[in-house]
Amino acid sequence: MSDADDDAFIAVTDLTKTFRVRRRSGLLRRTTSEVRAVDGISFTLRRGEMTGFIGPNGAGKSTTVKMLTGILTPSGGRLRVAGVDPWKERTRLVRRIGVVFGQRTTLWWDLPLRDSFGLVRRMYRIPRDRFEENLARCVELLELDGLLDVPVRQLSLGQRMRGDITAALLHDPDVLYLDEPTIGLDVISKARVRRFLARLNAERGTTVLLTTHDLSDIEQLCERVVVIDHGRLMYDGALSGLHEVGQGERTLVVDLERELPPVEGITGARTVRTEGPRQWLAFPASASAAPLVSQLVAAYPVVDLSLREPDIEDVIARMYEGSEGRSPSTDSGRPGVQPQR
Amino acid sequence: MHLLRLNLAVAASGFRRYATYRVATAAGVFTNTVFGFILAYTFLALWHERPHLGGYDQSQALTFVWTGQALLAAVALLGGGFQDEFHERIRNGDVAIDLYRPVDLQLWWLAHDLGRAAFQLVGRGVAPMAAGALVFDLALPSSPAVWLLFLLSALLAIVVSFALRYLWALCGFWLLDATGLSALSTLMSLFFSGMLLPLTVFPGGFGDAVRWLPWAATLQVPADVLLGAHPGGSLPGLAFQLVWAVVLLAAGRLLQFVATRKVVVQGG
Repeated sequence: MSDADDDAFIAVTDLTKTFRVRRRSGLLRRTTSEVRAVDGISFTLRRGEMTGFIGPNGAGKSTTVKMLTGILTPSGGRLRVAGVDPWKERTRLVRRIGVVFGQRTTLWWDLPLRDSFGLVRRMYRIPRDRFEENLARCVELLELDGLLDVPVRQLSLGQRMRGDITAALLHDPDVLYLDEPTIGLDVISKARVRRFLARLNAERGTTVLLTTHDLSDIEQLCERVVVIDHGRLMYDGALSGLHEVGQGERTLVVDLERELPPVEGITGARTVRTEGPRQWLAFPASASAAPLVSQLVAAYPVVDLSLREPDIEDVIARMYEGSEGRSPSTDSGRPGVQPQR
Repeated sequence: MHLLRLNLAVAASGFRRYATYRVATAAGVFTNTVFGFILAYTFLALWHERPHLGGYDQSQALTFVWTGQALLAAVALLGGGFQDEFHERIRNGDVAIDLYRPVDLQLWWLAHDLGRAAFQLVGRGVAPMAAGALVFDLALPSSPAVWLLFLLSALLAIVVSFALRYLWALCGFWLLDATGLSALSTLMSLFFSGMLLPLTVFPGGFGDAVRWLPWAATLQVPADVLLGAHPGGSLPGLAFQLVWAVVLLAAGRLLQFVATRKVVVQGG
């Protein structure tokens, strides 16, 4: 593509979105306050990158995605997607993006899947051979065989989701936005969807931005993760790096010869739990375990040792909590109107 | 060419979606017919007391009733059609999906509603009209040209009705829940279309006013075209409908422009 820089296929600079919220402050009086849903976010995504986009409810994820897809105007900052300014050229951009919502459907409730796909073909003016080819591929990989003539209202959630993903890919989008694509799906359906997405990204080089609360989606699919909260960027980088930023802790599980009082005197570690001869020692994820182990073995009768990596859920939760205390993302002090949480 | 094919495909999908529900259609035909009989006997009583009320003789008045029943579903005189669905999509935020599509929102829904109307004109219109014609002496025209003009007028009625309902539905962007508005729009349509009583019945300035309102284009005018009773002939009637169609569609376009620019799409 000549119209976009591959290293900054999606480029977001100081993106801001402010909503005016009016509330009653008296019998007839209303005060208007401004809520910053997105407060100066910057990041760039390379073409073909698959990135997880996470944050607690009300963090500004959906608002950001709505601006990236051109259905909301930014209040400030700059935004380029595939070389296009989404807001100004929405109709041009939508031909190059695909959007999948776990909680909404782009399919027509009363029509068979095949008819919904037919409408999509007309809408995006997809040449027939390309359409047939893409459809056949999705039908095969997403195991939609035999479901094409079933009205959408009769499909299960997992089947519908696979139908939605197909509908979003028939026009070969350069960018795919996925909003909780695995929500409510069973283990098998989740695995199927994830496998498909990984393959799509690997084989077709589709740039994917994945919004989810299911961190195992991210762990399995994304090397990079962008975390936002209160409209601000909290973290942007490799998934593994999250642990350090989130002050994640690793845990050393120690089996002693016999039941002893909680282990003491090991530099940088503290005992968080004991259960019979087994004890759990927590220490910062960034620290090395080796000196700890040698101190421990020198001072205590150790039978066995194992090391647990920090749980990503815990890391993220700690990160969200850490951002609680920050300045509120509103203009006029704290008017009581915060993004919904 | 692409645009035409797309809109034909959308209309065809609208047709198919409504054609799916056969039991609902049968129930609708039954309701229309019962409603038609109630109105017909009310009109009979009225025209018995006041012959030539509103310039119609008795069989013309009865024809007006059954024309209303035949058009009720197709023209969505009691609201509904795409309006409920579009309004619901605005309320729950699904409209975001519509905005992600490389198509024009208004044209999309117009094509869809025309497909629905085409089905309902046949599926819900023919049977009540036939039932009325069997039981009552109706003043139906024999000239195919008049029927053709009527069909054209019915098409314009559908477009005007669509344009009105589009405006009502768009208000949902501001009101967030427009259920009350929806009821109001139904009530206004019921009265100002001439569904309850032909608009020609109302005297004085009020009568003049209601005959110029856009709702007149949804039933009064097509019925008059069928009866050959439109003052000054059928063509001015069609022109009246066309003007309202253009004005209201343009207003809808403007409101859509404002709505999609300033308003928050609801729901995560």
